[in-house]
Amino acid sequence: MATVTTTATTSGSRSAKSTPRKPLTVAKKRQYRAAYVLVLPFFVIFLAMIIVPLGYAGYLSFFRKQLVGGVSFAGFDNYARAVQDPAFLAGVGRMGLFLLVQVPVMLVLSLFFALALDSGMTRLAKFVRLGIFVPYAVPSVVATLMWGYLYGPDFGPFAQLANLVGLPPPPFLSPHVVLFSIANVVNWEFVGYNMIIIYAALRSIPSELYEAARVDGASEPRIAWSIKIPAVRPALILTIIFSVIGTFQLFNEPNLLRILAPNAINSSYTPNLYAYTLAFVNQDANYAAAIAFVLGIVIMALSYIVQLWNQRKESQS
Amino acid sequence: MTSPFTRRRFLGTALAASSAVALAACSGGGGKSGGGASAAPKVTQAQIDEAMNKDTTLTLWTWVPDIQKEVDLFTKKYPKIKVKNVNVGAGAPHYTKMRAAIQSGQGAPDVAQVEFQYIPSFTLGGNLLDLSPYGADSIKSQYPEWVWSQVSKGEVVYAIPQDVGPMGLLYRDDLLKAAGVKPPKTWDEFATAAEKYRSANPKSYLSNLAPNDPGQFVAFLWQIGARPFSYDGTKNVKVDLASDQAKQVAKFWGDMVAKGVVSVDPDFTDAWYQGFSNGKYAAWPAAAWGPVFLQGTAKKTSGKWRATDLPQWDAAKPASGNWGGSTDAVLKSSKNPIAASQLALFINTDKESALKLATEQFLFPPSNTILNDPAFADQAAPFYGGQKVNAKFTDISATVTPDFQWLPFMDFVYSNYTDTLGKAMANKTDMVAGLQAWQDGVAKYAKDQGFNVA
Repeated sequence: MATVTTTATTSGSRSAKSTPRKPLTVAKKRQYRAAYVLVLPFFVIFLAMIIVPLGYAGYLSFFRKQLVGGVSFAGFDNYARAVQDPAFLAGVGRMGLFLLVQVPVMLVLSLFFALALDSGMTRLAKFVRLGIFVPYAVPSVVATLMWGYLYGPDFGPFAQLANLVGLPPPPFLSPHVVLFSIANVVNWEFVGYNMIIIYAALRSIPSELYEAARVDGASEPRIAWSIKIPAVRPALILTIIFSVIGTFQLFNEPNLLRILAPNAINSSYTPNLYAYTLAFVNQDANYAAAIAFVLGIVIMALSYIVQLWNQRKESQS
Repeated sequence: MTSPFTRRRFLGTALAASSAVALAACSGGGGKSGGGASAAPKVTQAQIDEAMNKDTTLTLWTWVPDIQKEVDLFTKKYPKIKVKNVNVGAGAPHYTKMRAAIQSGQGAPDVAQVEFQYIPSFTLGGNLLDLSPYGADSIKSQYPEWVWSQVSKGEVVYAIPQDVGPMGLLYRDDLLKAAGVKPPKTWDEFATAAEKYRSANPKSYLSNLAPNDPGQFVAFLWQIGARPFSYDGTKNVKVDLASDQAKQVAKFWGDMVAKGVVSVDPDFTDAWYQGFSNGKYAAWPAAAWGPVFLQGTAKKTSGKWRATDLPQWDAAKPASGNWGGSTDAVLKSSKNPIAASQLALFINTDKESALKLATEQFLFPPSNTILNDPAFADQAAPFYGGQKVNAKFTDISATVTPDFQWLPFMDFVYSNYTDTLGKAMANKTDMVAGLQAWQDGVAKYAKDQGFNVA
């Protein structure tokens, strides 16, 4: 859907530029009408499922509803409360840490696999590519349930191995380790996805560049470092932005592992889990809406910072 | 997780996992006072007969497995009434949908299952129909006092009890004998037994204390006589979770947890189920629904279990608490209040229907009539070495103390438990401090929600 709109708008603006102030021909008009008709279903769904709920959540966030006393207008009170709420801030901080630890590990792995596949060194390339990508096709709920079993302190395979050699079970689900256990699940799920993005970017590098480099005597690692990695920068930036968004919206993994580690993962462990708890346990949908908006702003700000940083780098080089 | 008995898990929140957060939710509909008003004029038999002979469709929301059996008995007796029996989810999702339907003013059921501790969260908004004019006033004598006090306020009856969970102790006869430990009659004996058992069996524990299960802990508070919650039906609540008695319970378990003689595994997880099968836990302070549940969970240990009283604080005054159990309530929004109330009454008080619930669906019956029926009381359970477990829990039910109340926002209270007291259990830190944190969290929430907190 998204691609449909972008192509429609770009081709539209381009043709508008090339034929300035000229009345549209009948054929053009018909073409435009067709484009709008084709895009309409998308806009209807987009409006009903994204814009309207978003507006409604924004509306809700300016009110306060108490179990006793009913609804009252609250202005920015919910927002003021959110930015001072230790539970929310701790969740954002935790996701910040998660981002710093998990995303580099994941992207380095993705880049490594993409380069390995692209270099043609790997035999069974198709098999490997599929094998790394398959976890992405597993729904995160299923993946988490599976890892939850693997992490189990009593009957998980790691615990049983440890037991066999007389060691205590590895504390995958203990309060200080569980964040890394979640990071591991997320890595497993998304390394393949990011690898495919980077790999596609690698395939589009013109091979003359490699030939020229080889003529100049560059080794394969040197080619990877000086040609391939700089060339896939835009793809890398894209994966970073996706990761920033994904990280701050983390929900399924901690919510399911909570069943196994209810006291290591509390009800405000991630900002989304907190919003969920606020809305459905605390019955405070208004504050939950404000939390969701503040989180949205944090995500937008961070994505913007990533882009700015990229632009500065680009203009430097 | 797939066991029908997961409905006993009060914190079913995690089950709602995968769905996205739909923040577009409730607005409007402030808290009306839902206090115990004076009873409405009685509905006459003629009015009831008329309503039951009119074509009517009722909607029933419940997650009791196979409830259709009892519904069929009802529709056989009243062929003009059709019942749409819907399971919208067990526990938390059920209540979320009920609240959404009530708030939006459409789609709410006529009759709904409501666990005891959630009744006040619906009387708060004045959403439950007073059933006393519809014949509920005359069934009071069938129930133990503590059960009736759970569903009524003065003359007003909010729901018909369906099943209850008085607490006893289930234990492995063979494991205790092998460790030279006698089934503990008092909590002092329990503490000694836990230590002795642990030193005899370094791979096993006498018992587990679940840091995710406020229901069990609250039942311990109930037993010792603590009354941590109360609600007057308007805007006054009492939150007293850090009373001396509650602290005594927290300290008692906290000491055992600190010594490492009881485990602190979350309950109703796969690992916990396995723990019963492979002898990790030799005893379980469990409610009356526990015996059948365990039977389905730890099949290979059949014949080795026994049921006895919950250990006592004062052996001279036997007391117990309640963990779990449900009711059927009629929503005030029902367009057919007479037929709806008759459905709630019939399922749970018609002799044939109530006996079916007890002997086929294994819901532990609240009413004395069923408890004392030979078909129920004389059932011998091979899993428990032929012991008459039902009769044992019937005796226990008589010792449950009355007048235990709930707050109108138990979802929060139970969720907060896991973040406070439960966290202290799991991390083996000071449980009395954890109890205080729970008290503070609940009191703050109550104030934020506009209640007067005493």
